[in-house]
This record gives sequence, C-alpha cells and structure tokens, in this order.
Amino acid sequence: MVKGGYTTPEKEMKEIFYYLIFPGFLFSALVGLMAGWIDRKLTARLQWRVGPPWHQNFTDIVKLLGKEVIVPEGARLTFLFSPYLGLVSAILVAASLGRIIISPANSFGADLIVFFYLLSLPAVALIIGASSSRNPLASVGVSREVKLLLAYELPLILSIITVVIKSNGSLQIGSIIQQQMFFGSNIFSFSGALAFLVAIFCMQAKLGLGLFDVAEADQELMCGTLIEYSGLPLAIFKLTKALMLYTVPLFIIVLFLGCSLSPALLIAKYLMLLAIMILIKNTNPRLRIDQVLRFFWRIPTLAAGAAVILAMLGL
Amino acid sequence: MDIRRKAWTKSIWVFHVSNGSCNNCDIEILDCFTPRFDLERFGIQLIGSVRHADALLITGAMNKKSIPRMKKIYEQAAKPCVVVACGTCACSQHMFRDSYNVGEPLDKILPVDVYIPGCPPKPEAIIAGIVKLVDKVRKGK
Repeated sequence: MVKGGYTTPEKEMKEIFYYLIFPGFLFSALVGLMAGWIDRKLTARLQWRVGPPWHQNFTDIVKLLGKEVIVPEGARLTFLFSPYLGLVSAILVAASLGRIIISPANSFGADLIVFFYLLSLPAVALIIGASSSRNPLASVGVSREVKLLLAYELPLILSIITVVIKSNGSLQIGSIIQQQMFFGSNIFSFSGALAFLVAIFCMQAKLGLGLFDVAEADQELMCGTLIEYSGLPLAIFKLTKALMLYTVPLFIIVLFLGCSLSPALLIAKYLMLLAIMILIKNTNPRLRIDQVLRFFWRIPTLAAGAAVILAMLGL
Repeated sequence: MDIRRKAWTKSIWVFHVSNGSCNNCDIEILDCFTPRFDLERFGIQLIGSVRHADALLITGAMNKKSIPRMKKIYEQAAKPCVVVACGTCACSQHMFRDSYNVGEPLDKILPVDVYIPGCPPKPEAIIAGIVKLVDKVRKGK
C-alpha cells in the first residue's frame, strides 16, 4: 500500500501501526469479538434466556491461550501452520478495507479481486488444517466446507459483478465508493437490491452461521473441522472467525450501502446486517449439504444472473 | 489470582461423557441450559469435541465395556481438565454396585474433583456443584 517506490522508517512504522493496531488486527478483533457477543446475547434473548456477559468471548480466548496444545499423532506441519494463514489474510483485509473506508484514496489496483480472494483464504486455511488432522469427522467437515465454498462462491461473484457493472466496470473499491457517493447507494436500484439479497445469503454461508453451519455442525460432527484443535490454534481460529464477522459485513456495506460512510451511519448499517444474520440464524434449522448446494445453485444464482442483466440494461 | 485461572472459571466448556447411565442425569444436564436455569450466563457451554473440554461431566455406573473408552477420552482432553461425577451412580455406583457388568467406581479410575449426588441431581444441585468446583479452582487446586 506504500505509494511511490521508496519507503522511509517512519512510513514503515505507520504501515505496521495500520496493520496491527488501528484498522487492522487489534481494533477489528475487538469489534469482531463484541459482535460475536451480540450474536450470543441476542440468540439467548430470542430463546428467552439471559445470555453471557459482555466479556465472554474475550474470556474464552484468554482461557484457550492457557490450555495445552495437542497435536494428533501423524498430523502434518500444516496442522499448526494453517491457523496463522487464515488469521493473517483476515487481518490484511480488515486493515486495508478499514483504510479505504477512512479515505477512498487509499484504494489500490484491482483491490476488489484481491479482497475477494483474501476473504476466502480463512476457509481454505480451515480446510488445510482440518484435513491434516487425520480425524474422520474432520474429513467429513472438510468435504462439506469445500462444497459450501463451491456453492456460495458463484452467486457471490455474480452479485459482485453487478456492482462492478454499475460503477462502470471499475474493480477498485475506492471508485466504487465514490460512484455511490455521487449517484446513491447501489441497493436503491432493482439490480442492486436483488444482488444485495443474494449477497446476504452468501455472507451467511461465508461466516458459517445458522442455516449454513454444515461444516461445523455442533451435534452431528462434534465441531467438524475444528474437532482436533485445542489451546492456541483453536483460539486463533476463533479470532479469525471474529475478524471475519467484522470484515465480511463491512465488505458488503462498502459494495452495496456505500453512499455515506460516516462513523455513526457505518455502525448503524453494520448492526443492521448483524441483526439480519442473527435473525436468519435463529429462525431456520440447519440445511443438509445437498440442500445447500441445491439452494445456492438455483434461486440465488438465477437471481444474481438476473441482477447482472438488469445492471447491463441500466436499471 | 492469576488471570488464566480466573478466565478458566468464567468459561468452562463441558464435555458430557455418558458411561452406562440410564439417561436420567443426561436429561437433567440438558435442563441446566434451558431458559429457567441458563448456565450460559456463567460462560458454561456444552461442546462436542473433547479436545475443547475444560470439564468432563461423567454420568452412569461405570460399565465394564465403557471404562477403557472413558479413560481414552480423559487422555484426549487438553489439560487443565477437571472431572465431575454427576449423579449417585457416578459417585458411588448406587444400586448397581454388585451388578455383573459394573467395574470399579469412578474415583478409583480418574481423579474426581467434584461429586454431585442425586438420582437424578436437580439442575439446582448441578449448579451448586459447579459453584463448588469454581471455588475449588479459585483457591488453587
């Protein structure tokens, strides 16, 4: 992200600060863990329970740091390496997306594509880690995670293409935001609204929440992909999940609701998306993996395809 | 008090081991997570994988077939992990003591930290047992 061909120590310190503290790791982890608490609390209230205190997710992480790390016999190096891969890519998206929101001028190259790939890396990390753990339940979880990735990626790409068409073929998030600042949010048009609906379902699947938590099914697969993880690597996976809970809705907001990104409005939009996700999660039972594939490749894909055509017609 | 121990007492993840129980204790354990009692407000969760467990909640009268499996499960848990005997069967084998298919009592197999008697223990009794466990860990086990 450093502009120009040279760096100074001061600039490097700034980059490290951006990456580790403010829009990056520390800030987004705090927000993500709090969002995770909102999820748990709201779920509890919907079930007429009291729910955990606000510091619950932080306590969980601190506790996991103090636990023993068990490496199953015959597990490969990737078992301990893959959690970091997921965490690093999630931080990278959180940091650069945060900087772009602060000032759209920080946008670089075709960053939309970069972010799209970086956002699917945590799922890839989970697949690599779980498949090297040599656990049969984890391997079932892995196969489901791969199918889930195949299922939601297609409609998500189509709905992002809609946004790209609406901002005159620009692949730069900065110019997508500027376009929305001048002509209103993408959601306030037929094609945008349709693509936004599809993106909400894809977001739900990407975060592995409710309806689409097939890979981590608590009861039938015993946490599936995470079954062999304990202690520090498990804490890192939980942190990655929290970061994703912060980053993915932010990505959707920037693409579809980007007309005004002042802090108060941004928080309001984020909370709205979070509430929608939690409501979908709590009012629907888990789908089977074949139902997930059938669901995503029929209605959302067709809807997103229709959105692309509508966007080409200028609607 | 050191922060890790404090965090441990505020977020106990429970793995439920049914060791030849009659399913009565198991239903009462699930009752603890219903709206009336709601153990999640203390950070206590039932989890599926034993690798994530902080406490093994053992019910049942130590079936000879399932004792080796239970030992294996205890070895698989990430330490520090405590063992809670839930129900009179797990505490003292109850009326199955002289039965042909019952092995040794639980506290001769694993180090038990808390006993919760009752047939079945009421959810209140289970919560009281957890409070005792938390006190014990805070004072330094």
